[in-house]
Amino acid sequence: MNIRILASTAVLMGAALGAQQPAAATRPAIKPVGATLIKNATILTVTKGRLENTDLLLQNGKIAQIGKNLTAPAGAQVIDATGKTVMPGIIDPHSHSMADAINEGSLSVTSMVRIRDVLNPTDISVYRQLAGGVTTINVLHGSANTIGGQNAVVKLKFGREVDEMLFPGAMPGIKFALGENVTQKNGQTAAQATGRPLRYPATRMGQEEVLRDAFTRARDYKASWDDYNAAVAKGDKTLVAPDRNLELEPLVEVLEGKRFVHAHSYRGDEMLMLLNVAKEFGFTVKTLQHGLEGYKIASEIAQAGTGLSTFADEWSYKVEAYDAIPYNAAILMHHGVVTTVNSDSDERARRLNIDAAKMIRYGGLTEDEALKTITYNGALQLGVEKRVGSIEIGKDADVVIWNGDPLSVYSMAETTFIDGEIFFDIKRDKEMRDQMAKERAALEAADRRRVTPVVP
Amino acid sequence: MKRQGMIETSGALADKSRSLAALGMTGKALGITVAALTVLASSAHGQLGSFNPNPGPQGTFAIRGGRVVTVSGAEIPNGVVVISGGKITAVGANVAVPSGAQVIDATGLMVYPGMIETGSSVGLSEIGQGAVATVDIQEVGSFNPNAQAFYGIDPHSAHIGVARVVGITTVVSRPTGGILSGQAALMNLAGDTPPKMAVIPKLALVIELPRSGFGGRGFARAAAVQQGGPADANRVRQLQMDSLRAMLRDAEAYGKAHAAFAKDKSIPRPAHDVVLESLLPALNGQMPVIFPADRATDIRDAVTFAEEMHLKPVIMGGQEAPAVAAFLKQHNTPVIVTAVMKLPSREDDPYDVNYSIPAKLAAAGVQFAISTGDKGSEIRTLPYNAGMAAAHGLSKADAIKSVTIWPAQIFGVADKMGSIDVGKMANIVVTTGDLLEAKIDTKYLFIDGRLVPLDTKHTQLNAIFKDRP
Repeated sequence: MNIRILASTAVLMGAALGAQQPAAATRPAIKPVGATLIKNATILTVTKGRLENTDLLLQNGKIAQIGKNLTAPAGAQVIDATGKTVMPGIIDPHSHSMADAINEGSLSVTSMVRIRDVLNPTDISVYRQLAGGVTTINVLHGSANTIGGQNAVVKLKFGREVDEMLFPGAMPGIKFALGENVTQKNGQTAAQATGRPLRYPATRMGQEEVLRDAFTRARDYKASWDDYNAAVAKGDKTLVAPDRNLELEPLVEVLEGKRFVHAHSYRGDEMLMLLNVAKEFGFTVKTLQHGLEGYKIASEIAQAGTGLSTFADEWSYKVEAYDAIPYNAAILMHHGVVTTVNSDSDERARRLNIDAAKMIRYGGLTEDEALKTITYNGALQLGVEKRVGSIEIGKDADVVIWNGDPLSVYSMAETTFIDGEIFFDIKRDKEMRDQMAKERAALEAADRRRVTPVVP
Repeated sequence: MKRQGMIETSGALADKSRSLAALGMTGKALGITVAALTVLASSAHGQLGSFNPNPGPQGTFAIRGGRVVTVSGAEIPNGVVVISGGKITAVGANVAVPSGAQVIDATGLMVYPGMIETGSSVGLSEIGQGAVATVDIQEVGSFNPNAQAFYGIDPHSAHIGVARVVGITTVVSRPTGGILSGQAALMNLAGDTPPKMAVIPKLALVIELPRSGFGGRGFARAAAVQQGGPADANRVRQLQMDSLRAMLRDAEAYGKAHAAFAKDKSIPRPAHDVVLESLLPALNGQMPVIFPADRATDIRDAVTFAEEMHLKPVIMGGQEAPAVAAFLKQHNTPVIVTAVMKLPSREDDPYDVNYSIPAKLAAAGVQFAISTGDKGSEIRTLPYNAGMAAAHGLSKADAIKSVTIWPAQIFGVADKMGSIDVGKMANIVVTTGDLLEAKIDTKYLFIDGRLVPLDTKHTQLNAIFKDRP
């Protein structure tokens, strides 16, 4: 494993070893970002309402000013956004984009594996999502096992190295999973046909037991380190440090509130089980992922302080999704649950703005509430709410210019900024297309061996 | 007898449409066929009864004061639509409300013809994974022209209510898989029995043509590719094509024999065969044939094959239809575009390559309709597929047509539905705004001139749980 060794105090318990270290923060920016003044736009701040005919200054990668008749600093590019709408970059709290592997599903507990080790920064899906106004994604391990691998929060800086794409300061997380994908009922016949043995747990009973067992072991592991550190602090120099356990370290971080749990779950009862196990072990589940029956236990989820990230209107594709309703997000939000709409799909990720608009139809969210489900609430769920998710002075310049209301199916993202840099621009896209077509034609013309296909 | 020599590809094709990412598992782990599953089905569906409340009677209604988008003509800003006996009996700005009519106040609302989703299998597949007994979408074997969707459609499928409340009033529901998959039905999304829903029970034949370069379809294809490589795969495809041709020619001969006997009873009486019989409407050109095809080469193959066998093709899929647009126009072949929301198939495709398929086909003068291509639960996203096409170059007016009058024309039912015109079936949706927008809502829904309650499985669960303390 590609573990990065970091400095001194953090080595305590080894807790800071591993995923999500802000590698990008430790290196200089690849190139300085110039200023951009976006003039005369409708600005959907998400947290502070809607501003008409307003200017937005992006400087040094941050949102520097919001106001009327702002002056462009020397050298700034100026974009006339009259008739256009600016909103924060979309945050997708459940993605598998860029991941060259999704599931280490061989064991029931694979907390030691890390999605960041298999991220492919050249995944074309990143570009397609930029064209849909997405700027941050939460790349999760799959849902094959009760305790899966560690996540990676990524800014979609297409064309850059992975280290520069990792979101500096995002809370480390881990994927848990409950229900059908874990019990593998749907794949049992195929498994038997190929000789693959059935894996424990095969029931929701077993899932509870796997969680209890893992956190019991994690608690003991933590105690052994706590005892050791206390003794060392008292001056004992004779003790040998406990063996490191890469499986349990991330779970200790969960117990200490240093790592978020993102738990794939569908049925109300299984979610409640997890919330109760978490309460017993003294941690809070950060998000229930999918949580399609969350609406059945909305008050319990609210009381646990847990968030939920759901589909807008996917349902009926398997038994545990048969009671999914598109009112889920609205019911949860009205109960005070921090709720987001996610894609879990390279396809749907490109049009989360439409999924957010559906939340107005189903359950009557306001436009701001609907926008929050794909922006600010996602930032809260990933621990980056001070950086992104709304248009406020001092936040990262992750903003998108739309040619109309982003909640309209007729609108398109035209320019997508991350940290003040343009990573998608619709005009530039057209130019690159023409350029590519020319390049291809030239290459084909140069290839004398090429046989022209016969068109019937 | 005749069918004995045919290659049997008895296995089902795996469900290709469902995103594996949504399942959080790799494609390989779930690349199992529907037929291979023997998991017991959920019994919940059968027990819960119907989520689709029955429509009211065919009364006389006047929808008054709304902006009427007739689709066939100009919009009427403050219009009246009169419905009686299941039909639209009057449309206009200055239309008298008949005495005794139930008046629907549509002030500030929009009035549209119901949308038609032509790429579905509504009622044939309830829960795609883990509940195989709710999936009746594909018969065993490769040649099932007489498998009729009409007989498998569950009028109590929860998908029906959920789809109709966004304004989809009619669907084409088709069997899939094999080669001659069966017959699609045109069904209204209201009524508690299939006959009550049916508009045309036997609408179209479905032929999933073995694909060139892929060695045909089904298990035989997979086995050949695995064991013998491309040469064997192509041989299998050729055998499948031969079998298909043989069956269609047998049916042609069968038709001729019966026609001859009808004229001259002195010749030997030909035996009856329900399977061959079922192919005659397609061979006579009365029944269109749906050919699922996305690649340019498969589209060309389908059109060429249809021409050879004198069939009336409708291409279903059409992802690469723009590349063969001139060919399609030349052959007067319509396309049901199900690929608007599909991911581009090549890494170097423009990001909007599929969003812009309808705009490209419109510019090339190819007849088309837009569809989700979804089996049932997600057909409610039909308006957003059309809206996305409009965001990417299709005019808004054409986007509405692509889900109303154009699909009706493609299947030869434009005299019955697809616009708000006198004499047509009263399939009408009254909304709070632009029909294709995601944030609008439906206020009234008429199917076959009946007022349809807007309750669904989803509104029912919402009502039960939304205020739970």
